[in-house]
Parts: sequence; C-alpha cells; structure tokens
Amino acid sequence: MHTDFIGFSLIKMYSRSVISTLVIVLIALFSSYQSVAQEAAAAGGDAAKGKELFSTLCQQCHAVTDEKVIGPGLKGIKSRRDEAWLIKWIKNPQAVISSGDAYATALYAKYQPLVMQSFPDLSDDDIRNILAHVEAAGAPAPVATAAPGGTAQAAAPASESPSGLFTAVLVALLVVMLLVLGVLLVLVSVLSKAVAPTPGTEGTQSTPFFQRLKSNLSAVASNSTLRSIVLWLFVFVVTKQTFDGLYSVGVSQGYAPKQPIAFSHKLHAGQYQINCNYCHTSVYKGKLATIPSANICMNCHGEIKRESPEIQKIYKAIEEDRPVEWVRVHNLPDLAYFNHAQHTNVGQVQCQTCHGEIEKMEVVEQRSSLTMGWCIDCHRKTEVATKDNAYYDKLVALHKKGSKEPLRVANIGGLECSKCHY
Amino acid sequence: MESTNKRYWRGLEELRNDESFVKNAYKEFPEANSDKSSTESGSIVDGIGSDRRDFLKVLGFGMAAVTLAACDTPVHRAIPYINKPESTFPGIADYYASTYSEGGDYIPVLVKTREGRPIKIEGNTSSTITKGGTSARVQASVLSLYDNDKLKGPKRGDADSDWATIDKEILGQLQRGGAIRIVSSTLLSPSTKSVIAAFIAKYPTATHIQYDANSVSGLVQANQTSFGQAVIPSYDFSKAKTIVSVGADFLGSWIAPLEYTDQYISTRKVGANAGNKKEMSRHYQFETGLSMTGSNADYRSPIKPSQEGLVVAALYNKVAAKLGGAPVSTAAVDVPYLDKAAADLASARGAALVVSGSNDPNVQVLVNALNNLLGSYGVTIDLSRPVNYRQGNDAAMNAFITDAKAGRIQGAIFYAANPVYDHPRGAELKEALPKIGLSVSFADRSDETASLCKYTCPASHYLESWDDASPKAGFYSLTQPTINTIFKTRQPQVSLLTWAGLSPNYENFIKNYWRTSIYPQAGSGLPFDQFWIQSLHNGVLEVNAAVAGAAGAFKPESVAAAVAGVAQKYKPNATGFELSLYEKVSIGTGAMANNPWLQELPDPVSKACWDNYACLSQKTATELGVEQFDLVSVEVTGKPAVELPVLVQPGQADGTVSIAIGYGREKAGKSADGIGKNVYPLASVSANSLLFSAMDVKITKASGSRTIAQTQTHDTVMGRRAVIQETILAAYKKDPKAGRYFPKVVTSEGPVSPTDISLWKGYEKTNHSWGMIIDLNSCTGCAACVVSCQAENNIPVVGRQEVINRREMHWIRIDRYYSSDAEAEDRKGLEIASNNPEVVFQPMLCQHCSNAPCETVCPVLATTHSAEGLNQMTYNRCVGTRYCANNCPYKVRRFNWFKYFDNDNFDYHYNNDLGKMVINPDVTVRSRGVIEKCSFCVQRIQEGKLTAKKERRRPKPDEIQVACAQACPTGGIIFGDMNDPESTISKLLKEENEARAFQVLEEINVRPQISYLTKIRNKDEEAKPVAAAAGHAE
Repeated sequence: MHTDFIGFSLIKMYSRSVISTLVIVLIALFSSYQSVAQEAAAAGGDAAKGKELFSTLCQQCHAVTDEKVIGPGLKGIKSRRDEAWLIKWIKNPQAVISSGDAYATALYAKYQPLVMQSFPDLSDDDIRNILAHVEAAGAPAPVATAAPGGTAQAAAPASESPSGLFTAVLVALLVVMLLVLGVLLVLVSVLSKAVAPTPGTEGTQSTPFFQRLKSNLSAVASNSTLRSIVLWLFVFVVTKQTFDGLYSVGVSQGYAPKQPIAFSHKLHAGQYQINCNYCHTSVYKGKLATIPSANICMNCHGEIKRESPEIQKIYKAIEEDRPVEWVRVHNLPDLAYFNHAQHTNVGQVQCQTCHGEIEKMEVVEQRSSLTMGWCIDCHRKTEVATKDNAYYDKLVALHKKGSKEPLRVANIGGLECSKCHY
Repeated sequence: MESTNKRYWRGLEELRNDESFVKNAYKEFPEANSDKSSTESGSIVDGIGSDRRDFLKVLGFGMAAVTLAACDTPVHRAIPYINKPESTFPGIADYYASTYSEGGDYIPVLVKTREGRPIKIEGNTSSTITKGGTSARVQASVLSLYDNDKLKGPKRGDADSDWATIDKEILGQLQRGGAIRIVSSTLLSPSTKSVIAAFIAKYPTATHIQYDANSVSGLVQANQTSFGQAVIPSYDFSKAKTIVSVGADFLGSWIAPLEYTDQYISTRKVGANAGNKKEMSRHYQFETGLSMTGSNADYRSPIKPSQEGLVVAALYNKVAAKLGGAPVSTAAVDVPYLDKAAADLASARGAALVVSGSNDPNVQVLVNALNNLLGSYGVTIDLSRPVNYRQGNDAAMNAFITDAKAGRIQGAIFYAANPVYDHPRGAELKEALPKIGLSVSFADRSDETASLCKYTCPASHYLESWDDASPKAGFYSLTQPTINTIFKTRQPQVSLLTWAGLSPNYENFIKNYWRTSIYPQAGSGLPFDQFWIQSLHNGVLEVNAAVAGAAGAFKPESVAAAVAGVAQKYKPNATGFELSLYEKVSIGTGAMANNPWLQELPDPVSKACWDNYACLSQKTATELGVEQFDLVSVEVTGKPAVELPVLVQPGQADGTVSIAIGYGREKAGKSADGIGKNVYPLASVSANSLLFSAMDVKITKASGSRTIAQTQTHDTVMGRRAVIQETILAAYKKDPKAGRYFPKVVTSEGPVSPTDISLWKGYEKTNHSWGMIIDLNSCTGCAACVVSCQAENNIPVVGRQEVINRREMHWIRIDRYYSSDAEAEDRKGLEIASNNPEVVFQPMLCQHCSNAPCETVCPVLATTHSAEGLNQMTYNRCVGTRYCANNCPYKVRRFNWFKYFDNDNFDYHYNNDLGKMVINPDVTVRSRGVIEKCSFCVQRIQEGKLTAKKERRRPKPDEIQVACAQACPTGGIIFGDMNDPESTISKLLKEENEARAFQVLEEINVRPQISYLTKIRNKDEEAKPVAAAAGHAE
C-alpha cells in the first residue's frame, strides 16, 4: 500500500514547482486558520421587517429606485398614492382594476397583459412595513449594498490558503537567502586566496578562483550537519506533501464547472438582489435547497429577456419536457447527512458562510472545502441561535449554570458522529 | 425469583446440548463456506478464498483506480423538475392515506413517499379496526412494487402485446358469449364489485366466483345452517374473559388477525400499560402444530386433526353439563385441559369466546352451539355486523373446476387469483385451462395460472391504483395511487370497464359510486367534493349510524346433523399419521412469495426462513428414525408424495406432520421459485369445502437431507440466565415485582446491586434520553416490527445460504424461548416439557447501553455514545474488526460480509435499479466490511427534532417514533424521550420501575436504555409446586 501513497504524492508533486513546495511547507509551519466573526444584523422597527418581506415578495418585480424591473419602480410611491389605496391594491390588484379605479386602469393599460400578483395573506401592518422600507431605501441616502438574504453582512468566509502577499514575501525571503548564500560562498572563495599561505616563489601557481569556489562548494556539500539538515528537510517535505495529497483526495475546493446555461448569480443575487429563497424554495424547509424548476425561471423570464439565447434554452427544456441538467457543484459524500433547514432556518447561518460570496459569482464555485474538519471546526466555534427558540431554553439555562462561554454547537452534541452519519 | 429456576432454551439442539450447538455457541463468526453446497464460488468477486495472485490483482487494480480517481472529480448532475408541484419538495417526505386489501386482508395505511417514490408503509391510526397497526406482509408490500420479475406490459400467450390489440381481441371473443367466469380471491371493494356487476350486465352469461386459498367457507356454511345467515360475524376478543381456540391461529392467519391481535392483547395487558388493570383473559389453545397463537396461550394442548371435532363436542358436553344443556353423543376424547377449559368457559358465561379454525361446517355448527350456550352472541360475536374478509365459496369454485374440465366454460377471467397454484385441484385446472376459449389473467406476473392463459393483462400494484374497500358494513376506505404506473400495467377494473364498453376512468367510477352509495349514508354535511377530498385525505370513513341487519336466532335443530357428521368423521384415538396445513405470518397464501423480505423473515415459532418443512414432534421423529433436516416423503393417499426436510418442533402433536402452504411457487420470480414445496394439493376436497388437513398420511424417510435456514440458535447468551423474567397472574397480583430477578454483586462492603457500582462516569443526558419499553405481555411475535425496520433502515436480504452461515442482517429479531417448569438438572422432566413447552417472545435489538461494551473495544472509535443516550455506529469509520459484535452481550451487531446491494449473488431486488427505488434516502447503504446495528432510527429522531426546532418548540411527547414501535399492532413497543415527563415512556417507567420493568442481563451492568416488562401468564397456582421445589433445591 505504501507504494501507491508515494506514487500518488509524486503525481501531485509534479504539478507544483519546487520553490512553491518549499514555500507551502514554511507556510504550513506558520499559518493559522482564520475565523469569521458572525455579525448579526442590527435592525429594528418597521422598515426592517418590511425589508425582509420586500426581498422575499416584491423584489423580483419591483426596485426601490425609479428603475422599472417588471413592474414600476417604487421610489416615492407614498407621495404618489395614499396608503389605503396601496393596501387595497397590494392585497388584490385585480379587484381594484375591475372597480374602475382610474389610476389602476391606467397602470393596467401601461403594463398589459401583466397584472400584479395579489397578496391576500399580507396584513395591513405588513404592507405598511414594506412601504416604510421602500420609503427608507428610496431616500437619497447612499445606496446600501446589502447582501441578499435580507441581512447586511460582511461575508468574508474563512480562507484556508495563505494570502498572496505572504507567499510573495516568503518567496522573496527565500531568494534573498539563496543569494546571500551564493555571495558568501564567493566571498569565502575570494578571501581564501588572501588567507592561503603563500610560499613566496612567483613560480608556484595560485589555485584559480573557480577551483577554489568548487572546493568550497564540495566542502559545504560534505558538511554532515548541512547534509542531514537538507535530508531531513526533504523527508519532511515529501511526507507533508504525501499527507496533503491524501487529504485533498475528494476535496474539490475551487470547483467551478461550466453549466449548461450561463446563469449568473452575480446578476440575479447580486445586482437584482433576488432572495436566495425565491429560487431555492426549500432552503429553509428541508434537507435540500433544491435547484429551481423551470417554472420558477418563467415567473420573470416569461416576460424578461425572452430572446436571449441562454433563456431560450429554458424554453426549449420546457417545450421538450426535458429538464435542464445542471452540474452539481457542492457534492457531499453519501455517508454524510446534511440538512439545509437545520443550518439556515434553525441555525440562522447565512448562505455565504458556506457558499462564499455567491452574489459576486458569475459562475458558481465551491469556495469551502466541505471536508469533515471544516464542518467540525465551524461546529466548535459557532454559537447556537437560541434566541426565541423554545427548543433550546432548557439547554441554555443548564449551560449557563456550568459555563460562562456562550452555548456552542459542540456543547449540544454537534460533534457526535450520529448527527451527520447514519 | 421463581422464573430463574425455569430453564429456557431456544431450540432442541440447545436443550440436548448438541455438539454442533456447543461449537457454534462459542464461535461468534463461523468459518466462511463451511457448507460445501454453498452457491458462492471462491473468486475475487465475493472475497472468499482469495490467494496471493488475487491479492496482487486487487492491489494493482486498486492503485490504478486511486490514481485515476485522483485525476478527475466525477461529474454529478442536479436535475430539477420542469414544473415543480407546489406542495412537493425534494428531500421532504409526503404521506398519502391508502388501503392495503389483498386477498381479503384489510389494513388502512399511510404511504410515505420521497421524491415521488413510495418507500415505507405505516398504519393509519384513524381506523378503529386496525388502530394504526400493521402486519409483516403490509410492511413488505412496498418492496413488491419494485419487483423486477413483474410483467412490463400485457401479453398474448408468451408474446408481448399492447393494450389496444389485446382489448380488441378480447372484446371480439367476449361478444361470442358462452359461459364466462370471473374467478377472484376475496374482493373487499364495493366499487370493484360494481364494476363486475356492470361487466355482467353487459355479458349476462358471466358470473363472479370468489374463492380463498385460506378458505373459511365452512364457517360461512355453518352460520347459514345455525342462523340462516351465510356470513362471517364480527368477533370481539376484547370482551372475552375466557378464549378457547380449537386450531384457529387468530393472531397469525385466521380471518382478520390484525384486528383480533389488538382486541386480544387489550385483554392481556396488565399494570401501568393498561390503566393499572390487574385482570387478564385466559386463553386455551387446542391445536396440532405449535402456532403463533398457541405460543401465546396460557394453556395449550396438542391434538390430532382427527380429534378436532371431538374436542369441540367434548367442550360442548362439559359446558352443557355445567350450564344445563342437552349433551351430544360423540366419542369421548382424552385431551389435557379440556375440563379446565370447560370450567373456565362456563364461569365466564357471557364473556367467553370459542373459535375454531376448522373448515368443516359440522365442527363450526358445534362451535356455534357452544357459543350460543355460553351467551357469546351479542357480546363477543356480532352477527349483525358481518365482515367481508373471506367471501370465498368453496362449492362454487369446485363447480367451476369441474365445469372447466368438462369443457362447459367458454371464458375465464382470473382476478387476483392463481388457482392453478393455490387450489387443491390446481392440477386439474391446469389441464382444463387450454380447453377454455378465452382465458385472461390479471396477475402482475406470468404466474402458474397466467402462464397458461391466452392473455395476461397485468394489474398495477395497489400503490399504483385507485380502489376502495369495505371490510364490514359502515366501514369504508380508499386506496389512491402514490406513484405513476412503473410498467405498462392497468388496473383490472379499467380492463373490465373497457370491455364492458364503459368509460375506463376508474377514479371517476369510484367517485360516482361514493357519491351515490356512501355519501348519503355518511351524513357529513359537507358538499360532495369536500367530502371526497376529506375521505381521500383521511383514508378511512366510518359511518357510525349504519348498523347492518338483525342477527338471526340460533336454530337448535341444526345441531343434530352436525353431531352425526362429527361422530362419523372424527376419531378419539386414531393411530395413523395425520397432516395439518398451516399458513405462515410471513408468506401467507404465497401470493406475495416473491418478496425477499418475507422470505427471509423467520417464522415466529420455528425461526426458520426460506423454506417450508415437515414439522414433527421429537417422539414421532424418533419413531420414524429421522433427525432434524433429514428428508421425508409425505404422501396423502391418492396424491403425489412431497419430499420435505424434517424440523423437529416442540409442541407438535405426536403422530402428526404440519406443513406450511404458500411455498413451492414455480412461476413467481427469482426469490420464490423452487423455495419449498407446494402442499395445496394435499388439502382434502369435499363437495362443499376444503379441509386443510388429511387423516390418512404416509410418512417415510427419504434419502438425503436439506439444511433449513433457522435463526434461533445463532447467537449465544453465554449461559446467562436472567434474559426472560416471567410470572403468573396470581403472583403478580400479590407482588407486582413477582418474577423479577435482582442480581447482586459481591463487594468488600457486601453484596450490592450491580448498578450501584461502576467503572465509568456515565453520560449526562441533558437534552433527550431516548429509551424504549417492550412489554412481553403485548408481544405476539407477529414480526411486523422486523420488516418495518428492514424497510426503514435499508437492511439487506442475505438469502438462505447466508442465513445458514449465521449471517442474517435483521437489526431487530424476535427471540423465541421455550421454557418449562422442570428443574434444569431434571433431564427427564425437560424431555416431557419439550413436548409441549411454554413459549415466550422477546424482541431483541441494540439495547443502547450507557456502559456499552462495544464502545470500549472499538480500536477506531467507530462506535461511540451520544449525549442523548444513543449508541452510535459510524459506518465510514468502521474497519471491520468485529470486536464490538464479539463483545456485545445481546448479540445485536451485524457484519456486512458482502456488498449486498451491488452483488449479483444476492439477487433480492436491491441489486437492480428498480429495486433500489425502495431505499430510504436518509439512511446510508452500508458497504462491505462494516458492522451495523439498530440506531434507534436516528434519522427519525433527527428529523423530529428538526421539525420541533423549525417551529421553535420542544418535541411533543411521543412525537418521534421509531419504525418498530410505529409498526407494532399492539403498542407493545413504546419509544420516547425519558427526559420528557409527559411522554408515555416516562409515565410508564415511573409506575413500572418498581414493578414489572426489568433490563435484560442487569447483572453485567451495561445499563441499557431499553426496559422490558415481565411476561405474565394467566395460569393457576398449580403450576407452582414444581417451581417451589426447585426454589428449595437452590
């Protein structure tokens, strides 16, 4: 078995230059893992509630600016229409149109054949909250670049590879050290002439510089201390590489396959700020976030950009009754059970914590390693979202008795095997 | 303490301490291939007998594979819906109410579907008939949906065809007229009956014949004679104080076992589990072979089939003598416990019940007379609400076969019927079938009958079909499809409607039937559409107002003829060998024989699977000079002999042989064909009824032997004794702790309870503490839990040879112990006891020990403890040392000797793509080389907790249920959170901890999360002297 470990590590080693290998070893000695500070959104009041509703319900068709998305831009809506009318309208636009309301009829004429969806389940307060949000967001304050998901969060996922600058510094150091070594050797060779005993006769030939350099080099090479240092260093590097290679089997961090349709999260989640939940419908409900079905695309693309060749692919899929075969990016092994709802809904973990800055990705890429170490690490550090969840009340009380630390996932069995493996 | 003087044994080999038993008992893992008849070849594929070259090959291949695998990530596709149904979410299970009604068995169910695939069946708790209980067969029925041996489309002869062609041809032939017979098993569906009526209206020469392979036609005839009502009454065992069964296996196979089990167990539960009731019914069983029902009886007597009628007559006479009735004159019969049974019956007048499994109308008339004398009618027997479970008419079926032989039948349509296989005159029908001009079978496969028919119009599985059912008047339920038809199959109703020239939309047909016939009775006050949706959602509809017609009065004059018949036919002391046919709880009549889960389910009593066999008593076997597994030839006069292996069965009546029906299929599919022998032809046919016994039988030793796959003595208890703790009712009434064993460990401070000392710190279970109580009084041994667990947890089927190799995989097994009061050293007493031992069933599964011996020996920490009291098993960490299995005192850990899901040697549905659809996606499919065991359905616990967390609340008491507890028809398995004071388990433990609750092998102090409640038998104190003597001896 040992042979194939070595063989494997050699293959892996091939792909990297010797210097970078050395560098990685050095880094491995110094690097430490960074953690992300979870920053809960500081928000309160009507506008905050409204924002959440707006992002799930309204944002797909309306912007808070003047811009027309599917429906009209909502900037200044409160000055255009009174609140009572708006509540009536949002709850059932069709009813307002058929009541013969002039403004409504005009709107209908303008956006024909589209009619706004009705929201009979929204309460009056909900609608007031939404309007408050629209008012606040449309105000001439600097446009907040909020992350989708409704909560402003600096999503800086833990980076497990060292920063580029650090690498550059180390490489530079190594080069400098090698240069110094060379210069020293040359110096020694040059000086050795002066030090060398001169027999005084002109006829005797002094040893030439290069010969001296050579003999010095061989003296260095035959130095047992140096040789053993180099040897041990080599063994260390090979071992480290072997283990790194083995640990990276099945880890496809950075995997960003080409998808059958060039869907851009940057555009949808970033620019248009469509809530993740709008397309990944069961991300708060169940095990899978689910890839949206074609009918969800059609909610908007029934009208927008119909002629785009990429969107034509969806039309074709629907016509042929043949689903789009996306390439799965995040693949957990079958032996690990992962449930989205546990993390997103109960744990209130942001999508970006695991998926990276998805709202900035043109092509989706696997940002996290998805290794067990990565999971465990997060379970050790993450505090349980116990607020307003009666499930945890007793546990929090018990935990507080025995510890001053906050209740973390690891404290309630988050490291147990059967939480994920069964 | 008395109980520990009892000697328990799991099989005669243990009682006799056979050499093979001793050898196995101390060997956890047997040598592979110890049996040379093994089907496995010693090749690299199955990992047996590898040599150095194989090793190098594997090594080389492995290296290449690893190198290649490292080069590229395999591409996984994520394929969404085109148009997602609004309420369906991938990854979230949907449940649909439906009904299982096959061959007269009726069980309302909930079908769990994931991503559109049915994967699990649960009982429907809305039904007052089954109360959410299930049977092994209904649990296994979901696997039959994914049976690859089924027909993929209609057939004309042997050639594939299509529906349009077939319809055209059959229509053409039907229009020619002539005598047409629709032959079916019992149909519970009123709508289907209405379809058949419509068909008959179109073709007036057609008639509908129902027959049952496990016929109770004799009972119906007897009720006609006694009451003028040709019906099967409703029985209510729950109201009975004394129950006497003469050969009726009412817990296993007689008429409606699931319904009776619930009623019966309600009279058997005592203590906190039954509202502190301290009374039990008393149950006498007189039968030939040891049945599951007999195993549960308080008093049991083995009788020969030739004594059956006389036993009933004798009971009648003895009861009549006490209660004042005219005695009948029949020969006296000497059977133990007859007097006692009669006395108890007489004193329980008005709350007694006598049932008989005989299909002889004369015997049943006598049973009716006896019940009439006891005042059972109107109390434990209700003639005014007849049941529809068995509508078969033996006489009509007999006439059909005679007509077919004579060429008087022009058209035969077989609907859920396979008479060539399961009718005693099947061979005659087989010859007659080609003479019938038009023969159509609705079988889902080319079975013994269908393969002889001109057309096979395969029926869809019930999970793909619309249907309804009416088990008795006023009770209705609906069957709805939970998946599109997998193959090009069609419901028989659709075919019949098509041929009758009606609209083939059966869904609408049912809806209209309900609109006109059921909706008006229901009086729900809802508009019909809402009523329909509600009924569909609930699955069952119970119309309380509807009470059927009045019960007829008993006709005393009917008795005389019956007595004459009985006196003539039955003999008190017949000397010849006699045969009794019985039905197993697993295979039943054999219709579902191609279901590997059922084939591998050990029989509750014999613990044998994958075979039928000749059960003989030890005495009879010795007389015949045969031993266990020797082949014997069983010959009923005038019928071909059948060769079967011998199974020496304690409790079997001397001079008799019992053989299970349902085996010996020839055309059912890979898992069933050639398994066992078909013994239907051995049943006796009389003009009006079938008799599942024969009185002139020759048994001779044949050459050779065949090993029967038996699981009973596979694991060893290492001579530890306190596994079963039991007592009798009288002792329990005096002291609720009766029968408990309190072990003591000697320490320097004197003897202490083992639980007072420990090496371990123990686990703090702050959040949940999952535990279980198993009530030994509630367990009948029906094995629904075993199959439920198998379905829930993706447990593979290993096949006959591997069971013989002691490698079965069931996570929960039902241990069956025989016992007797005889002293352990009293060999002679034990010999006698083994002729008719007491039986106790004990479900055994991972006990989730808090001081788990398995955890401490795992070198790789693959099995660890959770803070919720679970003993966790992590497959991906396991390296297969099997130390844990070795160190487990309960022997509940199972090793994956093969990659069962991906190995052609294990062709039990799981190794093909269709069969794999039944796999529960929330549970890992284990690979070769790892240990597995009960996880307390951790996937359900996690799911339940998540549901609670999402709703920001604690789990409700008993909200989370494990598969075995949910399947149990008697509530004998109680699962819950012992940290939740409101849960049933906590409440029960609070009461029973100081009473019946004990932990198995308490003396080894492993502190299981599972408690058992002592078994209590309603026996009289007479039994005590033996035990008392033993107590003195100690």
